[in-house]
Amino acid sequence: MKLEDTAPQYDAVVIGGGIGGMTAANRLAKFGHKVLLLEHHFELGGLAAYFKRKGFIFDTALHGFPVGMIKTCRKYWSKEIADCIVQVDSIRYDNPQFCIDTTYTTEDFTDKLINFFKVTPETVESFFKACQSMDFFDDREKTTLEFFEEYFPGRSDIHRFLMEPIHYANGSTFLEPAITYGIVFSNFMSKGVYFFTGGTDLFVKMCREEMEKNGVDIVMQATVEKILLENGKVAGVVANGKEIKTKSVLSNANLKATCLDMIGAENLPADFAASCKEMRLSTSNSQVFIGIKEGVTLPFIGDIIFHSSAESFAPEEYIHNPPHSRSFSIYYPKCRPGYDRYAIAASMGARMSDWENLSDEEYEKAKENLIEQTLSILEQKLVPNIREITEYVEAATPRTFQRYTLHKEGATFGTKFEGLKVSEDLPKAVPGAYHAGSVAIIMSGWLGAANYGVIVANQLDEYLCKA
Amino acid sequence: MAMSKDEIRAAVLEIIEEIAPDEDIASMNDEEPIREQIGLDSMDFLDIVMELRKQYKVEVPEDDYNELRTLASTVAYLEGKM
Repeated sequence: MKLEDTAPQYDAVVIGGGIGGMTAANRLAKFGHKVLLLEHHFELGGLAAYFKRKGFIFDTALHGFPVGMIKTCRKYWSKEIADCIVQVDSIRYDNPQFCIDTTYTTEDFTDKLINFFKVTPETVESFFKACQSMDFFDDREKTTLEFFEEYFPGRSDIHRFLMEPIHYANGSTFLEPAITYGIVFSNFMSKGVYFFTGGTDLFVKMCREEMEKNGVDIVMQATVEKILLENGKVAGVVANGKEIKTKSVLSNANLKATCLDMIGAENLPADFAASCKEMRLSTSNSQVFIGIKEGVTLPFIGDIIFHSSAESFAPEEYIHNPPHSRSFSIYYPKCRPGYDRYAIAASMGARMSDWENLSDEEYEKAKENLIEQTLSILEQKLVPNIREITEYVEAATPRTFQRYTLHKEGATFGTKFEGLKVSEDLPKAVPGAYHAGSVAIIMSGWLGAANYGVIVANQLDEYLCKA
Repeated sequence: MAMSKDEIRAAVLEIIEEIAPDEDIASMNDEEPIREQIGLDSMDFLDIVMELRKQYKVEVPEDDYNELRTLASTVAYLEGKM
């Protein structure tokens, strides 16, 4: 649909077609509301992105969600979407402290902790129990590191074993509240790590078809500039200069941009505006995408590999420039039935401040360095002939993420923990305004984003039913 | 006309069955916490609240979620509301 063809009035306008926005839009439409989804980019999916180059399809963030994604897709999307989700075979750690392959299931993880790290079964069991019993309302002062120290004092190798995958899954570190760790770890630590067969492109296509079937109006390349208020309540949005009337908005855009730019600090209660300004953004990422020559077969070396040359897991090491640590997602033909090419995507934590002030020439040089460092690690550690078999290589930086998602500073995991309260309090500050997007670590990743979209769609439905 | 206790109990069980089709609803005990008897997670719980709104126009505010702990307390809470 085009912007000029939109209806005169909507029940809800969803700003941004990331997983949270799409899931919310689909649910609201199923409830019978008239919904418009506006996306600034020419593709849906947000950070669940893919791109095609020279015959390759690269996914930016596909590997690794918890088993709960199957149920979430079945309940809030469709059985067909849920049926595409399959378990990955193996996850590898490779760092100066240890080298381990695991299925990342409770059984295998317990086995590694007992037999490799030599922890007593009782300690493992009580640690798992403590994670599972963690609740939102528990002590938020205790950090993840303090929590690890209670069970595995002085064991920086175990701390890394526990933290590294979660760090890559949601950008969190030792310094975040222990409950955020416990909740996310428990989601993963049951039946392993899952993947969407057919790739991000198929997932997004199926979501789009489902939304259209349920009557969501979708307009691409429509950037929301303003959320309009009347008597303090949401009354409309301005997208590409066009005013559209709506009873409510659900923003899947960056929380800070939603509150401070789209609504505007001057339209918010003073204390709420202050919390918005104080809220810290998460850091960003860099990525390197490698396409392997036609006819070349990669041996199985794991689906996800956490590689680090840092002596131990320290938060700074994981956003260091140049990177000391990276995760590799290996795309075998099993990932996209009917498509036989191999590809590798490396992800590294990164900060916009290391990238934003580079001249064009410096920027290109920095990207080349990123690619070179990544190829060098692969050559030494995983794929000795990587330089011979590489056909295509490209890098993405915090600037790339900012361009495609409009997230401030290219933040790839939304905001830090304090963002959750801001996100939850938005409808109290501005009736009719809701936010569902990556906040606070626990609402991150494919599963967190989808579930948060559902939670907020339910709240918005209550608002519309009362009105 | 207001629903009887038995009707409310049946309605709630029907909702739970829709949300968790693989669970053994028939053997549920009314006095024990629902979530300890069958595999309901927090999203399933929100789905129950949502179905009460959609099917019976009953609003369960977040502060009252504790009232839905057991089947018996749920029925008592909903009596007169649906």
